Amino acid sequence: METFLGIDYPTLWYLVVGLLFSGYAILEGFDYGAGAWHLFFKKDLSRRIAINAIGPIWDANQVWLIIGGGALFAGFPVMYATMLSAMYIPFMIFLMLLVLRSSAIKFRSSEDMKWWRNTWDIIYFASNTLIAFLLGVVLGNILQGFELHENFSYKGGVIFDFLSPYAIMTGFTTLSLFMTQGAIFLLLKTEGRLHARLTFLLKKGMIFFIISFGVTSMYTLVFIPGVTDSFKEQPIFFALPILAFLAVANVPRLVSKKKYFQAIVFSSLTMAFLLMLVAFQLYPVLLFSTIDPSYSVTIYNAASSQKSLGIMLTMVVIGAPLLAGYLIFLYKTFNGKVKLDDTSY
Amino acid sequence: MDVEILARIQFAFTIAFHYIYPPLSIGIGLIMMIMEGLYLKTGNKQYEILTRFWLKIFAITFGIGVATGIIMEFEFGTNWAVYSRYVGDIFGSALAAEGLFAFGLESTFLGILLFGWNRVSPKVHFFSTIMVFFGSMFSAVWIVVANSWQQTPAGYHIVGEGFNARAEVTDFWAMVFNPSSVDRIIHVWQGAFLAGTFLVLSVHAYYLLKNRYVDISIKAFKISLAVATIVSLTQLLSGHSSADGVAVNQPAKLAAMEGHYEKSAPADMYLFGWVNNETQEVTGIKIPKGLSFLVHQDFEEPITGLNAFPEDERPGQVNAVFQFYHIMVSIGIFLICLTLYASYLWWRGTLFEKKWLLKIFAFSVLLPQIANQVGWFAAEMGRQPWIVYGHLRTDEGFSQEVSSNQILFSLIMFLVVYTVLFLLFIYSVNKKIKHGPYDEAENPDEFLKYV
Repeated sequence: METFLGIDYPTLWYLVVGLLFSGYAILEGFDYGAGAWHLFFKKDLSRRIAINAIGPIWDANQVWLIIGGGALFAGFPVMYATMLSAMYIPFMIFLMLLVLRSSAIKFRSSEDMKWWRNTWDIIYFASNTLIAFLLGVVLGNILQGFELHENFSYKGGVIFDFLSPYAIMTGFTTLSLFMTQGAIFLLLKTEGRLHARLTFLLKKGMIFFIISFGVTSMYTLVFIPGVTDSFKEQPIFFALPILAFLAVANVPRLVSKKKYFQAIVFSSLTMAFLLMLVAFQLYPVLLFSTIDPSYSVTIYNAASSQKSLGIMLTMVVIGAPLLAGYLIFLYKTFNGKVKLDDTSY
Repeated sequence: MDVEILARIQFAFTIAFHYIYPPLSIGIGLIMMIMEGLYLKTGNKQYEILTRFWLKIFAITFGIGVATGIIMEFEFGTNWAVYSRYVGDIFGSALAAEGLFAFGLESTFLGILLFGWNRVSPKVHFFSTIMVFFGSMFSAVWIVVANSWQQTPAGYHIVGEGFNARAEVTDFWAMVFNPSSVDRIIHVWQGAFLAGTFLVLSVHAYYLLKNRYVDISIKAFKISLAVATIVSLTQLLSGHSSADGVAVNQPAKLAAMEGHYEKSAPADMYLFGWVNNETQEVTGIKIPKGLSFLVHQDFEEPITGLNAFPEDERPGQVNAVFQFYHIMVSIGIFLICLTLYASYLWWRGTLFEKKWLLKIFAFSVLLPQIANQVGWFAAEMGRQPWIVYGHLRTDEGFSQEVSSNQILFSLIMFLVVYTVLFLLFIYSVNKKIKHGPYDEAENPDEFLKYV
């Protein structure tokens, strides 16, 4: 098997996919999180400002999902096909929510009628909340494993099985983390009374996160088999949850000092550490079979050919700096507080 | 209903709906780029007004294109899992390249394009317009490459057997430049240019008929007419070259396009007609042996007909392929006549006096859209029964785990949401057109000062 820097190609691609979905979670995370606060703002102007805070950047943040999906399809086609077809209903709902959400952003402020704006506000709030929740549900399902038989054929239930108690817990954890992230982002972009209100809301969000994270962690340790195994083998992994906790504990301090940018960096780090924890935990498995471990989808039996992975790693080496350049330029352009003008939503 | 049929209906519906928007954004993007370039070059505020006006319509179109496009990216996995495993090595890498090199470019610069007027200099803004336009062109490249590989696979080998069989890339550039990709990329680009330019032509023809925004509408109409005339002519060439490729690489598809059944005989070319698949006869008006001449420049040269292929390796819907193909060609010819005649009148200086012609332009916005849709339907239905030509059949490619009830659920969901989305799109574009580029109640000069 071909390697680069002593790491084999499927592992490298695992890192690429992991980085892409982490980028998605961190950046689109605050967009979804900001949307999940939407109905907590009462005035029409506050809601407009909140939407325009993400206005110029959410399309770019969503790119991470598109590239992540492409990377999964290209690098681990078996994983892409198995997961999406096994979780058909949740993914279809997720996709439809994405459509509704972007429609709400585009159409919400295009008319002045009260009923029009209220309807879109509800759609916007609900779609953001449910998207954040569903992403957590998907993660919970991946951690729990699937009823995979030979040839990766899924034999589990297809309608409501994806909503197991554990998946619901990870769903709430993700939602609360995104909402925390979203509130800090909006603090960065707003002023005046809306800003004061967000400081208050952020506290609620953090409490929501700490409770759901605590409950989910306990449940994971007690009820999910095999979680502690990799910790016993590699005690250094214990550092990750501790780091995640330290990073999130730092957020209230930074917020009270009004260092919002640093606060968002630390809450992003929390997310990154938690995702790294999941990644280490799973490696080299992608989808765990609850029937027989030998039926699991792993990065080796799911991977594309060495040749194809090599080509795509080259593409990433060329494309990633370009993409980073565009993003930095975009974020620099729209740095600072939201100012509504004739181009705003 | 059968899972395969439902999966196909859902895919066809979602992709056809999606395909209303990206070609429009590519075409509007081109015209907008020309308008903004002229603004920077001449400093004439009228071009700025035009750019800003079309940017609003571009924003909605692009937005719906992105939203409906994400669904396509994941629908391969949800509904076509077997296919996805089979082609992931190749098809997946084209999609990943699209995300990395095209979509990333257009989506980041889109933010600056839409919201940057008051934040960046005019030059940087123009640069963003160009980047978004190029991004959308590159998107088309990678998507058409992926589809073309399904039509004319190249640069690959098949590894494994039965369930484990899959295509793996052996030569990346041979895969990218497979026999049909270049022709089809150009054909798709030009179809997109026509979709966008005809929307611009239609809207400004409408203003001219209503005697509103006359000065800027004449400018916009001339720009778009010049582009539309050139593109409709060159589209004929790319279409011809594409058909030549089909003759070599997918003879069953070409045979279906003209309803040609005989194993090996000179083939006719129909202007229009009706195919009876049972009797294998076509009723209609034809140029005898015209297809032979078109492909081989020789009326007597034989063309492989449908009967040369086993019953289960022919497109099932011959008449549909025939009709879709002929509608596309007829529209193409009509657009050439229309734009050439209008350009002639422009040269004579009487173009804007011909109300009836402007009326035709106002309605002709639908024609390139229809041609784009039916063209793809002919291409995809003509590829049947193959999902990867010659290797994987459509009835083997769908997800085995997904039941027909699940697809019915998602299909109904798509039908409802997309219908609402379409009505919103029409409503809001219509409102922007009715409102116009600036408030007429005010003096345009006042508006210009405000801008």
